[in-house]
Order: sequence, then C-alpha cells, then structure tokens
Amino acid sequence: MTPLGLYEPGASPLHRAGAGWKLLGILALAIAAFVLRDPLWLGVLAAVAVLGYPIARIPSRRCLQSARTFGVLVVVVFALQWLLLGLDGAIVVGLRLVTALAAANLYTLTTRIVDVIGSVERGLGPLRRIGLRPERLGLLVGLTVQAVGTLAGIAGEVREAAKARDAGWSATAFAVPFLVRTLRHADELGEALAARGEGER
Amino acid sequence: MIEFRGVGHRYGERVVLSEVDLCLEQRRVAFVGANGSGKSTLARMVNGLVHPTEGSVSVDGLDPVRNGRAVRKRVGFVFTNPDSQIVMPTPEEDVAFSLRGKGISKDERERKARELLSAYGLGGHLEHPAHQLSGGQKQLLALCAMLVREPDVLVCDEPTTLLDLRNKRRFVELLGSLEQQVLLVTHDLDLLGGFDRVVVIDGGRVVADDTPEPALRYYRKLAE
Repeated sequence: MTPLGLYEPGASPLHRAGAGWKLLGILALAIAAFVLRDPLWLGVLAAVAVLGYPIARIPSRRCLQSARTFGVLVVVVFALQWLLLGLDGAIVVGLRLVTALAAANLYTLTTRIVDVIGSVERGLGPLRRIGLRPERLGLLVGLTVQAVGTLAGIAGEVREAAKARDAGWSATAFAVPFLVRTLRHADELGEALAARGEGER
Repeated sequence: MIEFRGVGHRYGERVVLSEVDLCLEQRRVAFVGANGSGKSTLARMVNGLVHPTEGSVSVDGLDPVRNGRAVRKRVGFVFTNPDSQIVMPTPEEDVAFSLRGKGISKDERERKARELLSAYGLGGHLEHPAHQLSGGQKQLLALCAMLVREPDVLVCDEPTTLLDLRNKRRFVELLGSLEQQVLLVTHDLDLLGGFDRVVVIDGGRVVADDTPEPALRYYRKLAE
C-alpha cells in the first residue's frame, strides 16, 4: 500500500490508457477465463495478466507485496479445490483466480480514483433513463476502492497501538479499536461528503 | 444573513442546545465555549449537518433542513480534523472533487484546483499524497476544498486545534483575509483579535454575545 492508496504513480502505456478501456479489458479477460476450460489457454491468460506488471513498470516491491497478499488466497483455494475436485480442476480454478486477481489488481495500481469514478459515471450514463444515478454509483465504486487503502492504514495503526501495549496478538485489542475507528471514519466521511454537497444531485 | 430562532437540540434525553436566538450579519463571528458546550452542534446546523429538534435555522431565508442542497452551495464547512475531510488521494484530485456536479469539464476542474492550491502555497504538492502533508498544509487543503466551491459563508469548527502555534496564526490570518462571512468555532481566545462579534455558549445556551473584549472577559470569568 502506498500513501496514495492502491495507485502506483507512473507514465506507462497502461497508466495512460483510458480507465473505461482498461475496465473493459479486465471484463473481457475475466469472461474469457471463466469460459475457457483448457489449462493451456488459461495459462496464456494468466501470463497476459502477469505480463501487464512489467509493462506498467510496477516496482518489484509492490509486485512482491501483491504476490504475498494474493498468493495466500490462491494457495488456500488451490488446496481446497485439489481436495474436492482433483488436481486438474484445481489447476483450472487456480489459473482463473490468478488471472482475475492479477488483472483487477493491475487496474487499481494503474488507475487514479478520479478516473475510476469518471469511467463508471460515463459507462453507466445511459442507465440514467431508467432512474439510476451514475454519479452516485461512480462515487460508490471510487470510495470503495479508496476504502481499501484507508482501512489498511487504520489496521496498521491499531496493530501498532496494540503492540505498544504488549497486546500484539490479542484479537480484542485489534478488533475493538479497529471497529470503532472504522465506524468513526465512515461517519466523518459521510459528513465531509455532505459538506461538499455530495449525495444531493 | 444567518438566523437561529428558538433553536434547541437533544441527543436522546441529553439537551445539547436550548433556546438559541441569534441573527448573524457580521463578517467575522466566533463561537466560544468549553468542550461539550454545544458550539459545534450549533455550527453544524448552519449547513444542515445537524438538524434542530426545536426551532429553526435560516441561511439567507433558506432552511438548511428543507433546502440542504441550496444552503450547502452557500455555506462551506471546515472540520477540526482535516484527515476526515480529505476524500481523494492527492490535493489536486481532492480540490477538483469538490467541483463534481457543477457542470464543468474534468480538465477545467483540475485547472481550477491547481490555480487555487497554488494561490494558497500548495502548488508544489499538487500530486503528493494528501494524507502525508503537514498538519498546517492539510488544513489549508481542507480550506481550499471548500473555497473552490465559492461559498458565501465559511463555517470552521475548531480548525486550529491540531495545528502548532505558527500554523494556527497563519490559518487565522488567512481566515481574516477571506471575503466570505466566517463563523469560527474555537476555544483558542488568542485568535479572535480581528473578529466583529463573539458568542459565548455554556451548557447549550448563549450566555454572552458582544464584541470580542467584553465577551471574552465574561468567558474567562466563567471558566475560573
């Protein structure tokens, strides 16, 4: 996590590409990953998603950070699938998961929050006719992405405070202040948005 | 003009404000009072963040409860903790975010944001992580995020509490130079030199309402 949340500033072709096009690309990749069943083709898709990282010139530190976070999830899912479906099924599910996670993570690493909001607003613009509010949905998606960084920051501070009291392993010392601060943050964010006139369009 | 007519507020059984009648026309008005006196609740009512449970508030004839949108176009609000107010990752994005829904293009929003931030000395931090700015810079950013909306009134709820003395003085000097009507909630009495009017709140009631010198004399006596 960087101080800018999930976004990694840069000027690569992937950073410069339109947020809407990138979102469509991820959707296409995800659909292909769930339609295809051949491990060879799934391997190609996963390789395409992973190849995006050097193209976007994401620093190795961030790549390792992502690999550590998502690696645990992939390994757990792979092991469960192996037990339930056998090795072939586990490989298929594992490759699908790697493709989806790598592509989605690459999107957040290379796209500013304002561009995410803008692309959702533009993409959903036609749905205004059936009563949907693209501005609200755009803001919702943007704030959700932003919240990942904020919550990670709160979790880090709470963990440090627990360690300072020699309660680093206590679930209560983590969960209670984390919950309180998260709720307070939500409350304050709501007020800040209201003060800027959000939610009134 | 901002008017409070018989305003009261309760959180459950607890009375936070009662029988507040005020008519605020002066350019610089300060609300002072001890912690929990009700001054922040009063300030929040001006742009409808808190609704009165008794009486009514009006801003240029508009009720913040019924005309929240129109009132918030006129009234900007600066919170105590700028971290709560910064929504976007960088100063430029955050200030530009305030202009969403104003019917102007993204490029224009970003241009206005850059101009304003540069005018307030944050031009060198446009794309820096907003939450890593110094306390004074963050409060300045929070102020810019409101000023870019060009409000007529600016309500500041203890905006200097988290600032050091130098930044505190700079921030209040800055407030003094604004063309907007400023309502400042504070318990920092040293900062009220240039104010036209000071309203002292105690136990949810207005106990003094005067020019700074007599009002603050009363408040100091009250605190003893």
